[in-house]
Amino acid sequence: MEILEVTDLEKTYRSPDGEDHRVIDVPRFSMAAGEHMALRGASGSGKTTFLNLIAGILEPDGGDVTIDGQKISAMPENLRDRCRAANMGYVFQTFNLLQGYTALENVLLGMMFGPGADAARARLLLERVGLGNRMNYRPRQLSVGQQQRVAVARALANRPKIVLADEPTGNLDQALAAEAIRLIRGVCDENGAALLVVSHAPEVLEVFGRVEWLGDINRATRSRTVSGPRVASQ
Amino acid sequence: MNFMMWRLRLGVLAIALRSVRHHFLSSAITVLSVALASGLVMAVFAINTQTYNAFTGGPIGFDAVVGARGSQLQLVLNTVFHLETSPGNIPWDLYSGLESNPAVELAIPYAVGDNYEGFRIVGTTEEMFTRFEYQEGRRFQPQSGGRIFDSTQREAVIGSFVSERTGLVAGSQFTPYHGLIYDRQQQHDEEYTVTGVLEPTNSPSDRVVWIPIDGVFRMPGHVLRGAGGVYRAEEGIEIPDEYKEVSAVMLKLRSPQAGFMLDQAINRQGQAATLAWPIAHVMAELFEKIGWVVRILELVAYLVVAVAACSILASIYNTINERRREFAILRSLGARKSTVFSAIVLEASTIAALGVVWGYAIYGAILYGASIVVRAQTGVVLDIFRWDPILLVAPAAIVALGALAGIVPAFKAYSTDVATNLSPTT
Ligand SMILES: Nc1ncnc2c1ncn2[C@@H]1O[C@H](COP(=O)(O)OP(=O)(O)OP(=O)(O)O)[C@@H](O)[C@H]1O
Ligand SMILES: [Mg+2]
Repeated sequence: MEILEVTDLEKTYRSPDGEDHRVIDVPRFSMAAGEHMALRGASGSGKTTFLNLIAGILEPDGGDVTIDGQKISAMPENLRDRCRAANMGYVFQTFNLLQGYTALENVLLGMMFGPGADAARARLLLERVGLGNRMNYRPRQLSVGQQQRVAVARALANRPKIVLADEPTGNLDQALAAEAIRLIRGVCDENGAALLVVSHAPEVLEVFGRVEWLGDINRATRSRTVSGPRVASQ
Repeated sequence: MNFMMWRLRLGVLAIALRSVRHHFLSSAITVLSVALASGLVMAVFAINTQTYNAFTGGPIGFDAVVGARGSQLQLVLNTVFHLETSPGNIPWDLYSGLESNPAVELAIPYAVGDNYEGFRIVGTTEEMFTRFEYQEGRRFQPQSGGRIFDSTQREAVIGSFVSERTGLVAGSQFTPYHGLIYDRQQQHDEEYTVTGVLEPTNSPSDRVVWIPIDGVFRMPGHVLRGAGGVYRAEEGIEIPDEYKEVSAVMLKLRSPQAGFMLDQAINRQGQAATLAWPIAHVMAELFEKIGWVVRILELVAYLVVAVAACSILASIYNTINERRREFAILRSLGARKSTVFSAIVLEASTIAALGVVWGYAIYGAILYGASIVVRAQTGVVLDIFRWDPILLVAPAAIVALGALAGIVPAFKAYSTDVATNLSPTT
């Protein structure tokens, strides 16, 4: 069964000089339940835009996104928010931690709008990302890599059916990156969640069976030149 | 509401409280302005109610007052509340006539003309203590160790407030001053002995020095014009009744019909005197006349409330822009638009609620200050802890208004676009 189905998805931005600029034009894209895949693409090619469309944070200009049989792209905003809270975990490229709250509170807040706050699970996840001794630190008091790991813990907290991760290891060293991706994959497997990771890091890409270039699925971008050599899928 | 919803409410509350704490200074200032507004509204209404009750229905005890021809209001203020000046005197036989009138249950003479350190000295009879009840079943009672005066002696019974202010106690001696306004130069020669301090009544009577009425007649320098000519009392010689005069006669009537009857006889047919009856009605008229002052005070209080509501609105509204990213993140985590909306409304209500809680302190402070002034001026004691519906109505209304004020910033937060506010640069 497909957990995620995308058909004829289109998104056009208006550039500052007033011209319309098509960023996303994906005729077909899908992921099976529990499937893990990596997505790569040049900077500015629309990876974040694509994830935001899937998450229902952005509204597409055309086409459909279906999550677990529910057409999220056709939902009113309120239902989209609810659907996102119930089904998705999202590690943002910019982390998007709440500045006024501690690491633990950030994870708890993420749970609050989903199945409900579970402090024990929140602590456990923070421990698993190596922040057992930083739970009561605010984002400002954490290093960038630590913030990223809080974002990972938050995204996994609700046992989502699908996890979107936008360069979740971008600020971690190789060893930590490998460790973080192992953790994400591990938690996803525990819950049977699908995982869509945007990344360029070889140590990340090498562990994924399915690696795709955005350019291959997105007709609006046909470049694969910028971000280094393509890693062959096994 | 199921368990999950309950948790969601908690989350909303957490967000609201966090923001109140995060913007501590502006929250505190807003809370203070709400507290002032709430305290002021409650105080204006409560003081008005309490003074109104004290002056119209409080411990008055008498039904009517007869005094010199003139204003009923002045008569009442002068006798029942021991304020203002006496409008003049009436002959003694008017008192004797009323005393023997079968429609009159109790008639007590009231004669003024002197003071002790600003507290008026009132000449009266023993009946003021033995028969008069200022409230059902309650008489002016000397505190333990004291007794009421002997009508034939230069003795005085003083109100509790007089004792408190002047230091006079049972056994003290004092010399009266002439006139109702304290003037050091105007001291009489005669000495009076305090025989008792009265139990507090929390009424204007606490500010009175009571002496036998004969003492007023015989005070050196006083002249009696009861018979037209001038008569000076002399030591040891009985004063003929026709020379005596009093400022007023306080009446307790047997029935309301008696009031109509006396009104007819004294106010409509008579020329010599004025009957102020019913006293509560005369005072209610006064409050009607000065009602506009109260209205203005209320209006000012309402304006302060409006300003406080606006400051809630402005203080939160100003934070919305800086918090747009926070709202976007909350939304991206699955918080609904309505959740963000209610968090802001809750934040506004929380500030208002904190404000009204402190408002009770402000209310207490205002009432405390006002009660000192009112007591010193009139003897009426305001009770800070007296229950008044306004103490619930005003805070509830202000919290509701606070929530209402929160709707404007809440709507601004509600309309935050998630995607454009998610990136850290905006
Ligand atoms: N709000 C916007 N208005 C106009 N153009 C936008 C907007 N957001 C993104 N774009 C444009 O859309 C394109 C895709 O942006 P996106 O953030 O999806 O890229 P990306 O693939 O995630 O890049 P990176 O690897 O650097 O994160 C970019 O060229 C960007 O300029
Ligand atoms: Mg991106």
